Amino acid sequence: MSEAQSVLNPGAAKPRVHAEEMVLSMGPHHPSTHGVLRLEVVTDGEVVVSARPDIGYLHRAIEKIGEYIDYRQFMPYTDRVDYLCSMNSNYAYALGVEALGGYKVPLRAELLRVLCAELNRISSHMICIGALAMDMGAYTPFLHGICHREKVNDLFEDVCGARLTYNYYTIGGVSYDAPPGFIDKAGRFVDYLWPKMVEFNDLITGNSIFQERLCGVGVVSPEDAINWGLVGPNLRGSGVKWDIRRNEPYSIYDQLDFDVPIGDGGDPNGSNPQGVLGDSYDRYVVRVKEVFESLKILKQVVDRLYENEKLPADHPDRLYQAKLPARLKIKPGEAYTRSENPRGETGYYVVSDGTDTPLRLKIRTGSFSALGIFEKVTRGLMIGDVIAVIGSFDIVLPEVDR
Amino acid sequence: MGILNHKFGENDVIFTNVDTLLNLGKEHSLWYLLFATACCGIELMQWGASKYDSDRFGMIPRSTPRQADLMIVAGTITLKMASRVKRLYEQMPEPKWVISMGSCANAGGPFCKYSYSVLKGIDKYVPVDVYVPGCPPRPEALIDGVFKLREVIHEERTLRKQGKTPPPRKPIVVDDPGALDPFAKPKIAEKIEAAAKELANKN
Repeated sequence: MSEAQSVLNPGAAKPRVHAEEMVLSMGPHHPSTHGVLRLEVVTDGEVVVSARPDIGYLHRAIEKIGEYIDYRQFMPYTDRVDYLCSMNSNYAYALGVEALGGYKVPLRAELLRVLCAELNRISSHMICIGALAMDMGAYTPFLHGICHREKVNDLFEDVCGARLTYNYYTIGGVSYDAPPGFIDKAGRFVDYLWPKMVEFNDLITGNSIFQERLCGVGVVSPEDAINWGLVGPNLRGSGVKWDIRRNEPYSIYDQLDFDVPIGDGGDPNGSNPQGVLGDSYDRYVVRVKEVFESLKILKQVVDRLYENEKLPADHPDRLYQAKLPARLKIKPGEAYTRSENPRGETGYYVVSDGTDTPLRLKIRTGSFSALGIFEKVTRGLMIGDVIAVIGSFDIVLPEVDR
Repeated sequence: MGILNHKFGENDVIFTNVDTLLNLGKEHSLWYLLFATACCGIELMQWGASKYDSDRFGMIPRSTPRQADLMIVAGTITLKMASRVKRLYEQMPEPKWVISMGSCANAGGPFCKYSYSVLKGIDKYVPVDVYVPGCPPRPEALIDGVFKLREVIHEERTLRKQGKTPPPRKPIVVDDPGALDPFAKPKIAEKIEAAAKELANKN
């Protein structure tokens, strides 16, 4: 009866039919939850009443392990905190211990660190945007993303021998110097990826079906983003210009020239004219733009590494590692450092009691706060849009559970 | 007859036994369950995508266990997750195989010694056919693991003489999830039942 009325009188508001509420358990094995996330979705027909994340399926007690083993031995575990960007995870931990112990890092090590961190940022974003497109039903962009990621993996294999868990950074520098020809290869990779990313944009970023699935879905307002502690691309997608590399620069980031892309939904001249500020498409576009910014940084770092190679071999700037004792004993104290990872600001809080193992080690990650706001964002969406929101937040579960 | 084209005599007749024919089919279309928990899952994804291309071996990912022949346990299994893995395994139709990928699934990996929440080897819950070592294994190692599994399948026999019961496929070390899982419900359920009985007796 009600449907017939709405057909006869199209101007009238459609009466909303309420069905009985149903609890749907989504996960922990589900192809779109990007790991072992379980969602308790209460649905009213196709509409989500609430979607409560249930975490802890990958709790591996990494913070507790940190209290048993010494500072250098913990480095491989940071690989596994966030496996999509192991280099950045290593970086965050190394910064923490160096701040605690007051160790200086040589210039060449800083350059190699930034080079590897930005390469890994690219490969992490490749998985994110590829998987998001795959969740939206487009399989080809995922294969493109993996194809580019393999090139980065080849570079990392050259420099440290591993494909996924690198364990490359060490306290006071990096484990090995760059092998001959590595810097040339990194430079060639920049020239390779730039046109490929333009091609990728033509393929999926401007695709109207893709835009319709993401624009206006899962909106996080700038106030909400700050209040709920979102970090990284999720925060910048809401239009807040905050990047640790720019606002509180560590390493040599203050000497590098790059932009901080932010979301511009609703702006008729921007990249997302039909959306709303802070929607899923904004978060996606920020990641695509960040790949270009990383490529810009890579270009500058490669040039500086060429300059660095011209120095005499015994110059202090040529060292790839500071000379430190084999077993680190750090005077009592505490340090908290932040670094910008692909999934946002990662903090390491390290407390030393004067022995060779940390007294307490706390990790603060971006995915955890993204899951915090998840229930608020998904309220009232369709079930299919929940998948879009998970994909656009780029959640990695071991980072949440640790 | 296409590629055969009278290569096997005038009528293209080949004599073989049923087992060989069935195994030929099983070996060359192993559809695997897309089941990734941790780091190894990324290598599993890259193994299935552009460069290594598992499609070459007739292997395509399935999202539901009801369509899968092979479960590749890729990544750390925690105590909270272990019973779910067993349930996924039970949902797969026979015949089914399991590859344990990476040190974590094999024996707990780097979390074996100090972690209180990690299961030390998935073979305590589901029968494993092939173990692939590495943390994480390279895609080449996984390809090798798949070919090892093909050898296992090649030896399998479907037909048996009348009256002979098939031997048990593999001993399962721990059959009851509650034996290892501190969060398992049965004990609590028993307590609740006992309390309910007491209440009933009082009334």
